[in-house]
Amino acid sequence: MNPAVRLPGFAPLMLLGALAVLGLLIVLPLGVVFQQALSQGLGRYLEPLTHPDSLAAIRLTLLVAAISVPLNAVFGVAAAWAIARFEFRGKSLLVTFIDLPFSMSPVVSGLVWVLLFGAQGWFGPWLMEHNVKIIFATSGLVLATVLVTLPFVARELIPLMQDQGADEEAAALTLGAGGWTTFRRVTLPNIRWALLYGVLLCNARAMGEFGAVSVVSGSIRGQTTTLPLHVEVLYNDYEFVGAFAAASVLAGLGLVTLVLKSFLEWRHSGELSASRRH
Amino acid sequence: MTAAALPSAPPRSRRRWKQPSILPGFPLAMGWTLTWLGLIVVLPLTALILRPWELGVGGVWATLTEPRVLAALRLSFGAAALAALTNLPLGLLVAWTLTRYEFPGRRIVDAIVDLPFALPTAVAGIALTALYAPTGPLGAPLAAAGIQVAYTPVGIYLALMFIGLPFVVRTVQPVLQDLDREVEEAAQTLGATHLQRFALVILPAVLPALISGFSLAFARAVGEYGSVIFIAGNMPLKSEIAPLLIVIKLEQYDYAGAAAVGLAMLVISFGALLAVNGLQLLLARRGRA
Repeated sequence: MNPAVRLPGFAPLMLLGALAVLGLLIVLPLGVVFQQALSQGLGRYLEPLTHPDSLAAIRLTLLVAAISVPLNAVFGVAAAWAIARFEFRGKSLLVTFIDLPFSMSPVVSGLVWVLLFGAQGWFGPWLMEHNVKIIFATSGLVLATVLVTLPFVARELIPLMQDQGADEEAAALTLGAGGWTTFRRVTLPNIRWALLYGVLLCNARAMGEFGAVSVVSGSIRGQTTTLPLHVEVLYNDYEFVGAFAAASVLAGLGLVTLVLKSFLEWRHSGELSASRRH
Repeated sequence: MTAAALPSAPPRSRRRWKQPSILPGFPLAMGWTLTWLGLIVVLPLTALILRPWELGVGGVWATLTEPRVLAALRLSFGAAALAALTNLPLGLLVAWTLTRYEFPGRRIVDAIVDLPFALPTAVAGIALTALYAPTGPLGAPLAAAGIQVAYTPVGIYLALMFIGLPFVVRTVQPVLQDLDREVEEAAQTLGATHLQRFALVILPAVLPALISGFSLAFARAVGEYGSVIFIAGNMPLKSEIAPLLIVIKLEQYDYAGAAAVGLAMLVISFGALLAVNGLQLLLARRGRA
């Protein structure tokens, strides 16, 4: 069953073509990031990364992700429990709403918060009176990030839990286990790898998000610039080495995510939703 | 715990909203899901749907028919459709190679396909710009050949291809994997050529997946911002995408105008996806007949 035998002459050509597409379109841009960042030596590479503004941007990125990701992880588990374990009307409508942020432009995901909480937003005057700042502040960045990353965990858990069925949980309950014990001792061990997978993707997007946070950030240096926004600020200042150095940190994050994701797909494929099994 | 006394599901009741279950936690899980969705998705979306009308119907129409807005919408949707279309043969080629051939490093190549998902869009944006700028390693030879990529719509098209490719590969790949080889072999035994096997056996089988891949890549590309704005050049009427116009209107405190453009994008995307789904249904029906 060697396909190369069945398609003489074609196979190497197709392989070459596919590698050329991936190399030109995907690998080359990644390589350029590191090449540009290191183009003037290691010293010039590290210098912009240790600048206080860069450190503040890294800290803010970590903070925003540390708030947004757990919130959406809890949401994902709750939504999966309700959707995969119970039969009720309007379920597909609910799933559509959960998927909706995936089909919204990141800019729109930021815009909606400005419409609500901006200076001329619905709640803008009230917030101003009470001296609460959401837009151009960390809470706005969190809201935008939460909206953009809302579906990630739920989308991994729902199909998996639907596949697994409720038999094990029903057995535990029949044997006298309480609701929380059943969840902690039966459900959680069954979904842990898929949960981790969802959290991984959610976190990568939360840390890398650009469009949505750029709308609500106002890009106040050292205060409301996350790392992706910091890349833009440096780039627009013609600080190319600095911009690519900051970008290389984000690219590194992307690569680590990719490695962990492939590892989960390879090592724990049976415990991920069917579409993730390679 | 009265429900626990009824292990087998009682007969379906037409009037009941939720079927009974012995599992606990529905009110908590459902309550939390609805609260979170309401706060994070429904409330903001309501603002997007309602705020444009502060301008009145005439005002919304006037905003959407501004030449600059029309040009931006045309560019965003046109470039997204073109990029997604280009990704169909490229994605099919990559998916084919990954499912049909065994070669060293196949796993790594397979993982690389997802890189555009994992790479933050701003990073992709400045990287593509550096590559294709008139002085860049690929931009210079292209410029010598008279093709300018960066700071033109060609650059936008290229960035949208970058972010769209994994969608096509990942929807086509599982279908190719599951495709029954015996059908191909039967076609071959009956004397079908390579081209006939591809056009008459493989293509019809992967067509629905190709269409899904197209619609996913298209939907993502229409709203794409980070990877596009650096390479686009952002010239009004020429290389200005619709999401950028939203940002510009917000900077001018034209909230209603920004919301109008955002709502228009959402409605057009929705219409386009409905059309694509319709096409898919049509194909499925023809396949059954």
